[in-house]
Amino acid sequence: MNQTLWLFAGIGLLMVLATLVGKLLAWRKGNDAVIANLNARINAWWVMVFAIGIAFMFGLYGVILLFFLVSFYALREFLTLTPTRDSDYLALVAAFYFALPAQYLLIAIHWYGMFSILIPVYLFLLMPILSSLGGDTTHYLERTAKVQWGLMIAVYCVSTVPALMTLNIEGYEGRNLMLIAWLIFVVQLSDVLQYCCGKLFGKHKVAPKLSPSKTLEGLIGGVLLATMLGAGLYWITPFTPWQAALIALLVNLLGFAGGLVMSTIKRDQGIKDWGHMIEGHGGMLDRIDSVCFAAPVFFHVVRYWWA
Amino acid sequence: MNMLIGWLTGLIANCITLAARFITGARAIWLGCHASHNRRLYFANHSSHGDFVLLWASLPALLRKRTRPVAGAEYWQNTALKRFISQRVFNAVLVPRGSQGAGNPLAPVQQALADGDSLIFFPEGTRNLSESPLLPFKSGIYHLAHACPDLELIPVWITNLNRAMPKGRYLPLPLLCTLRFGAPIKLQDEETKVAFLERLRLALLAMSREDV
Repeated sequence: MNQTLWLFAGIGLLMVLATLVGKLLAWRKGNDAVIANLNARINAWWVMVFAIGIAFMFGLYGVILLFFLVSFYALREFLTLTPTRDSDYLALVAAFYFALPAQYLLIAIHWYGMFSILIPVYLFLLMPILSSLGGDTTHYLERTAKVQWGLMIAVYCVSTVPALMTLNIEGYEGRNLMLIAWLIFVVQLSDVLQYCCGKLFGKHKVAPKLSPSKTLEGLIGGVLLATMLGAGLYWITPFTPWQAALIALLVNLLGFAGGLVMSTIKRDQGIKDWGHMIEGHGGMLDRIDSVCFAAPVFFHVVRYWWA
Repeated sequence: MNMLIGWLTGLIANCITLAARFITGARAIWLGCHASHNRRLYFANHSSHGDFVLLWASLPALLRKRTRPVAGAEYWQNTALKRFISQRVFNAVLVPRGSQGAGNPLAPVQQALADGDSLIFFPEGTRNLSESPLLPFKSGIYHLAHACPDLELIPVWITNLNRAMPKGRYLPLPLLCTLRFGAPIKLQDEETKVAFLERLRLALLAMSREDV
Protein backbone atom coordinates (compact mmCIF):
# COMPACT_ATOMS: atom_id res chain seq x y z
CA MET A 1 0.00 0.00 0.00
CA ASN A 2 2.87 2.32 0.88
CA GLN A 3 4.39 1.69 -2.54
CA THR A 4 1.13 2.50 -4.30
CA LEU A 5 0.89 5.79 -2.45
CA TRP A 6 4.50 6.68 -3.21
CA LEU A 7 4.05 5.84 -6.87
CA PHE A 8 0.87 7.84 -7.27
CA ALA A 9 2.36 10.73 -5.29
CA GLY A 10 5.31 10.67 -7.68
CA ILE A 11 3.02 10.59 -10.71
CA GLY A 12 0.95 13.41 -9.21
CA LEU A 13 4.09 15.49 -8.73
CA LEU A 14 5.14 14.79 -12.31
CA MET A 15 1.68 15.84 -13.54
CA VAL A 16 1.77 19.07 -11.53
CA LEU A 17 5.20 19.81 -12.99
CA ALA A 18 4.00 19.07 -16.54
CA THR A 19 0.92 21.24 -16.02
CA LEU A 20 3.06 24.14 -14.76
CA VAL A 21 5.48 23.83 -17.69
CA GLY A 22 2.53 23.68 -20.10
CA LYS A 23 0.95 26.79 -18.59
CA LEU A 24 4.30 28.61 -18.61
CA LEU A 25 4.86 27.76 -22.29
CA ALA A 26 1.33 28.90 -23.16
CA TRP A 27 1.95 32.15 -21.28
CA ARG A 28 5.34 32.73 -22.95
CA LYS A 29 4.48 31.71 -26.50
CA GLY A 30 0.78 32.60 -26.65
CA ASN A 31 -1.38 30.98 -29.31
CA ASP A 32 0.77 28.17 -30.63
CA ALA A 33 -0.81 25.02 -32.03
CA VAL A 34 1.89 22.70 -30.67
CA ILE A 35 1.62 24.22 -27.18
CA ALA A 36 -2.18 24.07 -27.27
CA ASN A 37 -1.98 20.40 -28.22
CA LEU A 38 0.58 19.81 -25.47
CA ASN A 39 -1.77 21.31 -22.88
CA ALA A 40 -4.72 19.33 -24.21
CA ARG A 41 -2.59 16.19 -23.85
CA ILE A 42 -1.61 17.08 -20.28
CA ASN A 43 -5.26 17.70 -19.34
CA ALA A 44 -6.23 14.34 -20.84
CA TRP A 45 -3.42 12.73 -18.82
CA TRP A 46 -5.00 14.03 -15.63
CA VAL A 47 -8.24 12.27 -16.55
CA MET A 48 -6.41 9.07 -17.47
CA VAL A 49 -4.35 9.06 -14.25
CA PHE A 50 -7.53 9.53 -12.20
CA ALA A 51 -9.31 6.73 -14.10
CA ILE A 52 -6.40 4.37 -13.44
CA GLY A 53 -6.18 5.48 -9.79
CA ILE A 54 -9.87 4.79 -9.18
CA ALA A 55 -9.64 1.41 -10.92
CA PHE A 56 -6.65 0.51 -8.72
CA MET A 57 -8.65 1.26 -5.60
CA PHE A 58 -11.06 -1.52 -6.58
CA GLY A 59 -8.27 -4.04 -7.20
CA LEU A 60 -8.72 -6.94 -9.63
CA TYR A 61 -12.31 -6.13 -10.64
CA GLY A 62 -11.59 -2.43 -11.00
CA VAL A 63 -8.67 -3.13 -13.32
CA ILE A 64 -10.71 -5.67 -15.30
CA LEU A 65 -13.54 -3.17 -15.76
CA LEU A 66 -11.14 -0.39 -16.77
CA PHE A 67 -9.43 -2.47 -19.44
CA PHE A 68 -12.73 -3.95 -20.60
CA LEU A 69 -13.80 -0.38 -21.37
CA VAL A 70 -10.45 0.38 -23.01
CA SER A 71 -10.91 -2.69 -25.21
CA PHE A 72 -14.49 -1.75 -26.04
CA TYR A 73 -13.54 1.75 -27.20
CA ALA A 74 -10.48 0.49 -29.07
CA LEU A 75 -12.45 -2.27 -30.81
CA ARG A 76 -15.22 0.07 -31.93
CA GLU A 77 -12.65 2.52 -33.30
CA PHE A 78 -10.93 -0.25 -35.20
CA LEU A 79 -14.10 -1.85 -36.59
CA THR A 80 -15.64 1.51 -37.47
CA LEU A 81 -12.76 2.00 -39.88
CA THR A 82 -12.89 -1.57 -41.18
CA PRO A 83 -15.10 -1.85 -44.25
CA THR A 84 -17.26 -4.80 -43.29
CA ARG A 85 -20.37 -5.78 -45.20
CA ASP A 86 -23.86 -6.82 -44.24
CA SER A 87 -22.79 -10.49 -44.15
CA ASP A 88 -20.35 -9.75 -41.33
CA TYR A 89 -23.17 -8.77 -38.98
CA LEU A 90 -23.12 -12.03 -37.00
CA ALA A 91 -19.33 -11.99 -36.76
CA LEU A 92 -19.41 -8.42 -35.44
CA VAL A 93 -22.12 -9.35 -32.94
CA ALA A 94 -19.87 -12.19 -31.76
CA ALA A 95 -16.90 -9.81 -31.51
CA PHE A 96 -18.67 -7.14 -29.47
CA TYR A 97 -21.13 -9.14 -27.42
CA PHE A 98 -19.30 -12.43 -26.94
CA ALA A 99 -15.52 -12.26 -27.42
CA LEU A 100 -15.04 -8.96 -25.60
CA PRO A 101 -16.93 -9.78 -22.36
CA ALA A 102 -15.83 -13.44 -22.41
CA GLN A 103 -12.14 -12.53 -22.55
CA TYR A 104 -12.42 -10.36 -19.44
CA LEU A 105 -14.66 -12.85 -17.65
CA LEU A 106 -11.96 -15.48 -18.13
CA ILE A 107 -9.48 -13.21 -16.36
CA ALA A 108 -11.94 -12.67 -13.51
CA ILE A 109 -12.23 -16.45 -12.98
CA HIS A 110 -8.48 -17.00 -13.52
CA TRP A 111 -8.98 -19.49 -16.38
CA TYR A 112 -5.61 -19.01 -18.06
CA GLY A 113 -5.91 -21.92 -20.50
CA MET A 114 -9.05 -20.59 -22.13
CA PHE A 115 -7.98 -16.95 -21.82
CA SER A 116 -4.91 -17.59 -23.94
CA ILE A 117 -6.63 -19.42 -26.79
CA LEU A 118 -10.21 -18.09 -26.93
CA ILE A 119 -9.52 -15.38 -29.50
CA PRO A 120 -6.45 -16.73 -31.31
CA VAL A 121 -7.98 -20.19 -31.82
CA TYR A 122 -11.72 -20.42 -31.24
CA LEU A 123 -12.75 -16.97 -32.45
CA PHE A 124 -10.26 -17.29 -35.31
CA LEU A 125 -12.33 -20.25 -36.49
CA LEU A 126 -15.77 -19.00 -35.46
CA MET A 127 -15.63 -15.56 -37.08
CA PRO A 128 -15.09 -16.74 -40.69
CA ILE A 129 -17.77 -19.39 -40.18
CA LEU A 130 -20.26 -16.70 -39.12
CA SER A 131 -19.21 -14.40 -41.96
CA SER A 132 -19.60 -17.15 -44.54
CA LEU A 133 -23.20 -17.77 -43.46
CA GLY A 134 -24.13 -14.43 -45.02
CA GLY A 135 -23.22 -15.81 -48.43
CA ASP A 136 -21.31 -12.76 -49.64
CA THR A 137 -17.95 -13.50 -51.30
CA THR A 138 -16.86 -9.91 -51.93
CA HIS A 139 -13.51 -9.27 -50.17
CA TYR A 140 -14.34 -12.20 -47.89
CA LEU A 141 -10.83 -13.06 -46.73
CA GLU A 142 -9.91 -9.40 -46.33
CA ARG A 143 -12.99 -8.69 -44.21
CA THR A 144 -12.59 -11.66 -41.89
CA ALA A 145 -8.85 -11.07 -41.54
CA LYS A 146 -9.40 -7.46 -40.56
CA VAL A 147 -12.06 -8.24 -37.98
CA GLN A 148 -9.79 -10.90 -36.45
CA TRP A 149 -6.90 -8.46 -36.40
CA GLY A 150 -9.05 -5.91 -34.59
CA LEU A 151 -10.01 -8.49 -31.98
CA MET A 152 -6.39 -9.48 -31.44
CA ILE A 153 -5.14 -5.92 -31.01
CA ALA A 154 -8.04 -4.30 -29.17
CA VAL A 155 -9.20 -7.21 -27.00
CA TYR A 156 -6.55 -9.93 -26.75
CA CYS A 157 -3.47 -7.73 -26.47
CA VAL A 158 -5.11 -5.19 -24.16
CA SER A 159 -6.51 -7.92 -21.90
CA THR A 160 -3.02 -9.17 -21.07
CA VAL A 161 -2.60 -6.07 -18.88
CA PRO A 162 -5.28 -7.00 -16.29
CA ALA A 163 -4.24 -10.65 -16.73
CA LEU A 164 -1.03 -9.72 -14.90
CA MET A 165 -3.21 -9.74 -11.78
CA THR A 166 -3.68 -13.50 -12.12
CA LEU A 167 0.02 -14.41 -11.98
CA ASN A 168 1.32 -16.04 -8.79
CA ILE A 169 4.80 -14.68 -8.21
CA GLU A 170 6.67 -16.05 -5.23
CA GLY A 171 7.47 -13.40 -2.67
CA TYR A 172 5.37 -10.86 -4.57
CA GLU A 173 1.90 -11.95 -3.41
CA GLY A 174 -0.76 -9.25 -3.28
CA ARG A 175 1.38 -6.72 -5.14
CA ASN A 176 0.54 -7.54 -8.76
CA LEU A 177 -1.16 -4.17 -9.20
CA MET A 178 2.32 -2.66 -9.02
CA LEU A 179 3.37 -4.79 -11.98
CA ILE A 180 0.57 -3.22 -14.03
CA ALA A 181 1.47 0.23 -12.75
CA TRP A 182 5.11 -0.29 -13.70
CA LEU A 183 4.28 -1.51 -17.22
CA ILE A 184 1.80 1.27 -18.00
CA PHE A 185 4.02 3.92 -16.42
CA VAL A 186 7.17 2.88 -18.28
CA VAL A 187 5.52 2.37 -21.68
CA GLN A 188 3.42 5.53 -21.55
CA LEU A 189 6.30 7.60 -20.20
CA SER A 190 8.41 6.28 -23.05
CA ASP A 191 5.74 7.64 -25.46
CA VAL A 192 5.74 10.99 -23.68
CA LEU A 193 9.54 11.21 -23.55
CA GLN A 194 9.85 10.21 -27.21
CA TYR A 195 7.42 13.01 -28.02
CA CYS A 196 9.33 15.51 -25.85
CA CYS A 197 12.80 14.52 -27.08
CA GLY A 198 11.49 14.53 -30.66
CA LYS A 199 10.02 18.02 -30.29
CA LEU A 200 13.18 19.35 -28.58
CA PHE A 201 16.01 17.68 -30.49
CA GLY A 202 14.31 15.83 -33.38
CA LYS A 203 16.11 16.13 -36.72
CA HIS A 204 16.36 12.76 -38.44
CA LYS A 205 13.12 11.04 -39.34
CA VAL A 206 13.23 7.39 -38.43
CA ALA A 207 10.33 6.25 -40.65
CA PRO A 208 9.36 9.18 -42.88
CA LYS A 209 6.84 7.16 -44.88
CA LEU A 210 5.09 5.49 -41.96
CA SER A 211 5.10 8.15 -39.26
CA PRO A 212 6.72 11.49 -40.10
CA SER A 213 6.55 12.71 -36.50
CA LYS A 214 8.87 9.97 -35.19
CA THR A 215 12.53 10.99 -35.09
CA LEU A 216 15.71 9.10 -34.28
CA GLU A 217 16.56 11.60 -31.53
CA GLY A 218 13.10 11.13 -30.01
CA LEU A 219 13.37 7.35 -30.21
CA ILE A 220 16.80 7.11 -28.59
CA GLY A 221 16.21 9.80 -25.98
CA GLY A 222 12.74 8.59 -25.06
CA VAL A 223 13.57 4.90 -24.90
CA LEU A 224 16.79 5.45 -22.94
CA LEU A 225 15.22 7.78 -20.39
CA ALA A 226 12.17 5.55 -19.92
CA THR A 227 14.43 2.52 -19.57
CA MET A 228 16.43 4.28 -16.85
CA LEU A 229 13.19 5.20 -15.10
CA GLY A 230 11.96 1.61 -15.37
CA ALA A 231 15.21 0.42 -13.80
CA GLY A 232 14.93 3.08 -11.08
CA LEU A 233 11.48 1.75 -10.21
CA TYR A 234 12.70 -1.85 -9.80
CA TRP A 235 11.63 -1.75 -6.12
CA ILE A 236 7.95 -1.96 -7.06
CA THR A 237 8.57 -5.04 -9.25
CA PRO A 238 9.82 -8.57 -8.60
CA PHE A 239 12.88 -7.75 -10.77
CA THR A 240 16.45 -6.82 -9.85
CA PRO A 241 17.62 -3.41 -11.17
CA TRP A 242 19.33 -4.98 -14.18
CA GLN A 243 16.38 -7.20 -14.99
CA ALA A 244 14.10 -4.18 -14.70
CA ALA A 245 16.32 -2.24 -17.10
CA LEU A 246 16.37 -5.03 -19.66
CA ILE A 247 12.63 -5.60 -19.49
CA ALA A 248 11.97 -1.85 -19.64
CA LEU A 249 14.13 -1.66 -22.77
CA LEU A 250 12.19 -4.57 -24.27
CA VAL A 251 8.73 -3.10 -23.61
CA ASN A 252 9.84 0.37 -24.76
CA LEU A 253 11.15 -0.95 -28.06
CA LEU A 254 7.97 -3.00 -28.51
CA GLY A 255 5.92 0.09 -27.66
CA PHE A 256 7.75 2.09 -30.30
CA ALA A 257 7.19 -0.69 -32.84
CA GLY A 258 3.49 -0.78 -31.89
CA GLY A 259 3.16 2.93 -32.56
CA LEU A 260 4.84 2.42 -35.90
CA VAL A 261 2.60 -0.49 -36.92
CA MET A 262 -0.62 1.27 -35.94
CA SER A 263 0.56 4.41 -37.70
CA THR A 264 1.21 2.38 -40.85
CA ILE A 265 -2.36 1.09 -40.74
CA LYS A 266 -3.72 4.62 -40.27
CA ARG A 267 -1.71 5.87 -43.21
CA ASP A 268 -2.95 3.00 -45.36
CA GLN A 269 -6.54 3.87 -44.39
CA GLY A 270 -5.92 7.56 -45.08
CA ILE A 271 -6.70 8.75 -41.57
CA LYS A 272 -4.71 10.76 -39.04
CA ASP A 273 -6.24 9.50 -35.79
CA TRP A 274 -8.28 6.45 -34.85
CA GLY A 275 -10.90 8.53 -33.10
CA HIS A 276 -11.59 11.66 -31.11
CA MET A 277 -12.42 10.58 -27.59
CA ILE A 278 -9.20 11.79 -25.91
CA GLU A 279 -8.64 15.50 -26.44
CA GLY A 280 -5.19 16.19 -27.94
CA HIS A 281 -4.31 12.51 -28.35
CA GLY A 282 -6.92 11.32 -30.85
CA GLY A 283 -8.71 8.07 -30.17
CA MET A 284 -8.28 5.33 -27.61
CA LEU A 285 -6.15 3.29 -30.04
CA ASP A 286 -3.84 6.26 -30.59
CA ARG A 287 -3.10 6.30 -26.88
CA ILE A 288 -2.71 2.56 -26.29
CA ASP A 289 -0.98 1.41 -29.48
CA SER A 290 2.33 1.01 -27.65
CA VAL A 291 0.73 -0.88 -24.73
CA CYS A 292 -0.98 -3.27 -27.20
CA PHE A 293 2.41 -4.45 -28.42
CA ALA A 294 4.30 -4.32 -25.14
CA ALA A 295 1.76 -5.95 -22.79
CA PRO A 296 1.44 -9.47 -24.26
CA VAL A 297 5.22 -9.97 -24.43
CA PHE A 298 5.68 -8.52 -20.96
CA PHE A 299 2.95 -10.82 -19.62
CA HIS A 300 4.60 -13.92 -21.04
CA VAL A 301 8.12 -12.90 -20.01
CA VAL A 302 6.94 -12.48 -16.43
CA ARG A 303 4.84 -15.62 -16.54
CA TYR A 304 7.68 -17.76 -17.95
CA TRP A 305 10.50 -16.62 -15.66
CA TRP A 306 8.82 -15.36 -12.51
CA ALA A 307 5.44 -17.01 -12.04
CA MET B 1 -52.10 13.95 -15.81
CA ASN B 2 -50.82 16.02 -18.70
CA MET B 3 -47.85 17.05 -16.62
CA LEU B 4 -47.12 13.42 -15.83
CA ILE B 5 -47.25 12.45 -19.52
CA GLY B 6 -45.06 15.41 -20.39
CA TRP B 7 -42.53 14.35 -17.77
CA LEU B 8 -42.65 10.74 -18.94
CA THR B 9 -42.18 11.59 -22.62
CA GLY B 10 -39.30 13.89 -21.71
CA LEU B 11 -37.69 11.08 -19.76
CA ILE B 12 -38.16 8.59 -22.59
CA ALA B 13 -36.75 11.10 -25.06
CA ASN B 14 -33.68 11.55 -22.86
CA CYS B 15 -33.22 7.80 -22.51
CA ILE B 16 -33.46 7.21 -26.26
CA THR B 17 -31.06 10.09 -26.89
CA LEU B 18 -28.54 8.80 -24.37
CA ALA B 19 -28.78 5.25 -25.71
CA ALA B 20 -28.36 6.41 -29.31
CA ARG B 21 -25.35 8.50 -28.32
CA PHE B 22 -23.76 5.76 -26.25
CA ILE B 23 -24.16 3.04 -28.85
CA THR B 24 -23.01 5.11 -31.82
CA GLY B 25 -20.76 7.62 -30.05
CA ALA B 26 -22.62 10.13 -32.28
CA ARG B 27 -20.30 12.98 -33.11
CA ALA B 28 -21.77 16.12 -34.64
CA ILE B 29 -19.32 18.13 -36.73
CA TRP B 30 -20.60 21.59 -37.55
CA LEU B 31 -18.62 22.34 -40.69
CA GLY B 32 -20.73 24.90 -42.50
CA CYS B 33 -22.74 26.45 -39.67
CA HIS B 34 -23.21 26.54 -35.91
CA ALA B 35 -26.14 25.27 -33.89
CA SER B 36 -28.74 28.02 -34.03
CA HIS B 37 -32.33 28.83 -33.14
CA ASN B 38 -33.04 29.97 -36.70
CA ARG B 39 -35.87 28.09 -38.34
CA ARG B 40 -34.09 25.34 -40.23
CA LEU B 41 -34.70 22.28 -42.27
CA TYR B 42 -32.02 19.64 -41.75
CA PHE B 43 -31.96 17.32 -44.75
CA ALA B 44 -29.98 14.10 -44.53
CA ASN B 45 -29.22 10.84 -46.27
CA HIS B 46 -31.56 8.08 -45.19
CA SER B 47 -30.31 4.54 -44.69
CA SER B 48 -31.84 3.44 -41.38
CA HIS B 49 -34.95 4.01 -39.27
CA GLY B 50 -32.60 5.35 -36.63
CA ASP B 51 -31.48 8.27 -38.80
CA PHE B 52 -33.81 10.88 -37.40
CA VAL B 53 -33.24 9.73 -33.82
CA LEU B 54 -29.50 10.17 -34.24
CA LEU B 55 -29.80 13.54 -35.96
CA TRP B 56 -32.24 14.70 -33.31
CA ALA B 57 -29.98 13.39 -30.53
CA SER B 58 -26.95 15.18 -31.92
CA LEU B 59 -28.63 18.60 -31.67
CA PRO B 60 -28.22 20.67 -28.50
CA ALA B 61 -31.05 20.00 -26.00
CA LEU B 62 -32.62 23.43 -26.44
CA LEU B 63 -32.88 23.04 -30.22
CA ARG B 64 -34.32 19.55 -29.89
CA LYS B 65 -37.50 20.97 -28.36
CA ARG B 66 -38.25 22.96 -31.49
CA THR B 67 -37.00 20.46 -34.06
CA ARG B 68 -39.47 17.92 -35.42
CA PRO B 69 -38.68 14.94 -37.64
CA VAL B 70 -40.80 14.43 -40.75
CA ALA B 71 -41.61 10.74 -41.01
CA GLY B 72 -43.77 8.38 -43.04
CA ALA B 73 -47.24 7.97 -41.53
CA GLU B 74 -47.60 4.34 -42.62
CA TYR B 75 -44.54 3.12 -40.73
CA TRP B 76 -44.90 5.28 -37.63
CA GLN B 77 -48.65 4.88 -37.12
CA ASN B 78 -49.18 1.17 -37.48
CA THR B 79 -48.68 0.19 -33.82
CA ALA B 80 -49.58 1.93 -30.55
CA LEU B 81 -45.93 1.99 -29.46
CA LYS B 82 -44.72 3.60 -32.67
CA ARG B 83 -47.60 6.10 -32.51
CA PHE B 84 -46.60 7.00 -28.95
CA ILE B 85 -42.91 7.36 -29.80
CA SER B 86 -43.36 9.30 -33.02
CA GLN B 87 -46.10 11.65 -31.81
CA ARG B 88 -45.51 12.03 -28.08
CA VAL B 89 -41.77 11.56 -27.69
CA PHE B 90 -40.40 13.03 -30.90
CA ASN B 91 -43.35 15.22 -31.82
CA ALA B 92 -42.94 14.00 -35.40
CA VAL B 93 -44.77 15.46 -38.36
CA LEU B 94 -46.31 12.45 -40.05
CA VAL B 95 -46.98 12.57 -43.77
CA PRO B 96 -48.73 9.96 -45.91
CA ARG B 97 -46.43 8.29 -48.39
CA GLY B 98 -46.91 8.86 -52.13
CA SER B 99 -49.80 10.94 -53.41
CA GLN B 100 -52.64 8.88 -52.03
CA GLY B 101 -55.56 10.73 -50.47
CA ALA B 102 -56.87 14.10 -51.33
CA GLY B 103 -55.16 17.42 -50.77
CA ASN B 104 -51.57 18.44 -50.27
CA PRO B 105 -49.56 15.72 -48.46
CA LEU B 106 -47.09 18.36 -47.26
CA ALA B 107 -49.78 20.45 -45.55
CA PRO B 108 -48.85 19.30 -41.99
CA VAL B 109 -45.18 20.03 -42.74
CA GLN B 110 -45.97 23.51 -43.94
CA GLN B 111 -48.11 24.04 -40.86
CA ALA B 112 -45.16 23.06 -38.63
CA LEU B 113 -42.92 25.53 -40.45
CA ALA B 114 -45.58 28.21 -40.09
CA ASP B 115 -45.58 27.51 -36.34
CA GLY B 116 -41.86 28.31 -36.31
CA ASP B 117 -40.56 24.76 -35.83
CA SER B 118 -37.38 23.41 -37.40
CA LEU B 119 -37.58 20.11 -39.26
CA ILE B 120 -35.59 16.97 -39.96
CA PHE B 121 -36.28 15.85 -43.50
CA PHE B 122 -35.16 12.99 -45.72
CA PRO B 123 -35.50 14.16 -49.32
CA GLU B 124 -34.84 10.70 -50.77
CA GLY B 125 -38.30 9.83 -49.46
CA THR B 126 -37.36 6.27 -48.54
CA ARG B 127 -34.44 4.40 -47.05
CA ASN B 128 -31.55 3.99 -49.43
CA LEU B 129 -30.62 0.31 -49.47
CA SER B 130 -28.77 0.51 -52.80
CA GLU B 131 -25.02 0.73 -53.38
CA SER B 132 -25.20 4.32 -54.63
CA PRO B 133 -24.69 7.02 -52.00
CA LEU B 134 -27.96 8.88 -52.65
CA LEU B 135 -31.28 8.18 -54.33
CA PRO B 136 -32.85 10.94 -56.49
CA PHE B 137 -34.51 13.61 -54.34
CA LYS B 138 -38.29 13.90 -54.25
CA SER B 139 -39.63 17.35 -55.08
CA GLY B 140 -41.26 17.95 -51.68
CA ILE B 141 -38.24 19.77 -50.31
CA TYR B 142 -38.39 22.25 -53.22
CA HIS B 143 -42.03 23.04 -52.47
CA LEU B 144 -41.18 23.63 -48.80
CA ALA B 145 -38.32 25.97 -49.69
CA HIS B 146 -40.60 27.74 -52.16
CA ALA B 147 -43.30 28.25 -49.54
CA CYS B 148 -40.79 29.58 -46.94
CA PRO B 149 -38.14 31.63 -48.74
CA ASP B 150 -36.20 32.45 -45.56
CA LEU B 151 -35.91 28.79 -44.51
CA GLU B 152 -32.30 27.63 -44.00
CA LEU B 153 -31.73 24.21 -45.53
CA ILE B 154 -28.82 22.44 -43.80
CA PRO B 155 -27.27 19.36 -45.41
CA VAL B 156 -26.38 16.68 -42.84
CA TRP B 157 -24.43 13.60 -43.86
CA ILE B 158 -24.85 10.64 -41.51
CA THR B 159 -22.10 8.01 -41.75
CA ASN B 160 -22.09 4.42 -40.62
CA LEU B 161 -25.59 4.21 -39.14
CA ASN B 162 -26.55 1.63 -41.76
CA ARG B 163 -23.72 -0.50 -40.34
CA ALA B 164 -24.55 0.20 -36.69
CA MET B 165 -28.26 -0.52 -37.20
CA PRO B 166 -28.51 -2.76 -40.24
CA LYS B 167 -31.89 -3.27 -41.85
CA GLY B 168 -33.91 -6.11 -40.39
CA ARG B 169 -31.63 -6.72 -37.38
CA TYR B 170 -32.65 -6.06 -33.82
CA LEU B 171 -29.34 -5.81 -32.00
CA PRO B 172 -27.40 -2.64 -32.91
CA LEU B 173 -23.62 -2.76 -33.27
CA PRO B 174 -21.67 -0.16 -31.29
CA LEU B 175 -19.88 1.35 -34.30
CA LEU B 176 -19.07 5.06 -34.35
CA CYS B 177 -21.35 7.35 -36.35
CA THR B 178 -20.57 10.87 -37.47
CA LEU B 179 -22.93 13.66 -38.53
CA ARG B 180 -21.50 16.41 -40.71
CA PHE B 181 -23.50 19.63 -40.86
CA GLY B 182 -22.97 21.78 -43.97
CA ALA B 183 -23.60 25.43 -44.79
CA PRO B 184 -27.20 26.73 -45.01
CA ILE B 185 -28.78 26.77 -48.46
CA LYS B 186 -31.67 28.97 -49.54
CA LEU B 187 -33.79 28.85 -52.67
CA GLN B 188 -32.60 31.55 -55.05
CA ASP B 189 -34.88 33.77 -57.12
CA GLU B 190 -35.95 32.08 -60.31
CA GLU B 191 -34.06 28.89 -59.50
CA THR B 192 -35.79 25.95 -61.15
CA LYS B 193 -36.89 22.86 -59.26
CA VAL B 194 -34.42 20.60 -61.08
CA ALA B 195 -31.49 22.97 -60.51
CA PHE B 196 -32.36 23.43 -56.84
CA LEU B 197 -32.69 19.71 -56.14
CA GLU B 198 -29.36 19.09 -57.86
CA ARG B 199 -27.72 21.82 -55.80
CA LEU B 200 -29.05 20.26 -52.59
CA ARG B 201 -27.92 16.81 -53.68
CA LEU B 202 -24.38 17.98 -54.43
CA ALA B 203 -24.20 19.92 -51.14
CA LEU B 204 -25.18 16.78 -49.23
CA LEU B 205 -22.74 14.61 -51.16
CA ALA B 206 -19.98 17.13 -50.45
CA MET B 207 -20.53 16.48 -46.72
CA SER B 208 -19.96 12.76 -47.25
CA ARG B 209 -16.31 13.28 -48.10
CA GLU B 210 -14.03 12.71 -45.13
CA ASP B 211 -11.58 15.43 -46.11
CA VAL B 212 -13.95 18.41 -45.91
